[in-house]
Amino acid sequence: MNRYKESPSQTAGPYVHIGCTPNFLGIDGIFPEDLGTTIITGNPEGERITIKGSVFDGTGNPLKDALIEIWQADPSGKFAGRGGVEGFTGWGRSPGDMDTGEFTFETLKPGRVPFTDGRLQAPHVTFWIVARGINLGLHTRMYFADEETANAEDPILTRIEHQSRIPTLMAVKEGDHYRFDIRLQGEGETIFFDI
Amino acid sequence: MTKTNGYAARDRSWHPPALTPLYKTSVTRSPRFAPIGAATSLSEETGPVFGHDILGAKDNDLITNFAAPGEMAIGPRIVVQGHVRDEFGRPVPHTLVEVWQANAGGRYRHKKEGYLAPLDPNFGGCGRCITDENGFYEFLTVKPGPYPWPNGPDDWRPAHIHVSVFGHSFAQRLITQMYFEGDPMIWQCPIVGTIPTREAIETLVAKLDRPGSIPMNSLCYQFDITLRGRRQTMFENRMEGM
Ligand SMILES: [Fe+3]
Repeated sequence: MNRYKESPSQTAGPYVHIGCTPNFLGIDGIFPEDLGTTIITGNPEGERITIKGSVFDGTGNPLKDALIEIWQADPSGKFAGRGGVEGFTGWGRSPGDMDTGEFTFETLKPGRVPFTDGRLQAPHVTFWIVARGINLGLHTRMYFADEETANAEDPILTRIEHQSRIPTLMAVKEGDHYRFDIRLQGEGETIFFDI
Repeated sequence: MTKTNGYAARDRSWHPPALTPLYKTSVTRSPRFAPIGAATSLSEETGPVFGHDILGAKDNDLITNFAAPGEMAIGPRIVVQGHVRDEFGRPVPHTLVEVWQANAGGRYRHKKEGYLAPLDPNFGGCGRCITDENGFYEFLTVKPGPYPWPNGPDDWRPAHIHVSVFGHSFAQRLITQMYFEGDPMIWQCPIVGTIPTREAIETLVAKLDRPGSIPMNSLCYQFDITLRGRRQTMFENRMEGM
């Protein structure tokens, strides 16, 4: 069998929103809507949650030109296309707020997904971040700070050597939403995964 | 039990490193810590699936998908086509491919764009398609122009098309750029230069396909895209049975 190298990554650049969320930029009429805007498309059962956050650079300033995508299981731990609940795509894409860069996802609280060895992982949402200046898309995971028991036995969290960095993966409840800020560099640099 | 095979590890010496100071924006946007290696689970080995129902008739025709009725974008007409496959050469069928680009003058339709070149009222700059059962994709567009960008005092991007591909799982998610065979600007660009080897860069250079051109209509460029591959199952199955 022929072997090929993965196509090398290149930055999404400053104009990623032209390709991925054109309606957000006012480029109307090409696609009826921006993909990933709506994660809950029907009336699925489960806890509805809102996730908000910003992506900060090494100077502490929020990125205003990032594209953030999430992928997650439904409340029973199943993925769309693999037995997941009707009316829930599990996939969201946000260009961030036009002025502040803050992203918002209206979604369902994910259930527990089995790890490769069958153990249950703690509820989590997979994040993928691209932007100008990011040469290779960054993978991270958002866990829920209020899921202490599940987090304590999560097969990925428990294997992380520098346990002091684990809070960077925790979304914290703030009023009516969970906040999950991502720090690319500097104090509190988010854990990114080489998956 | 949910047994998954996992993806071949990403060769990070082939991709650009996070910190590439000649591309200045990377300096404050590059993690300082190494990414933590983790086995892929279902969370990374699944991903969104898009059906043909999301596609409009002109989604892969950038020449007319933003143009006024009866109008067309200005510029050299080209067909870009190729296959999406994985590292083991297996086709990646039914995957969404999104593209975006500057117009033939090198200008993007974006409020932060500062280049003097004019907008083309009939060119929006984005398109998309879904690969067929063989992993084949194709779109019609105008060849984008090179453009200057704020980095060094006089840096120019070579003509390029941005490409976003989903594959079948979040682990395969990739954004890259396609360049054009024979363009001397490729080798002067700090963003191209983030890729460590000439060999890797050349895999992003689309080849002019003369027999593939449509006479009196469009030149053709061939651009194959490779996504990460899922490992074969044999070895792991044997391990399990031991
Ligand atoms: Fe560009």
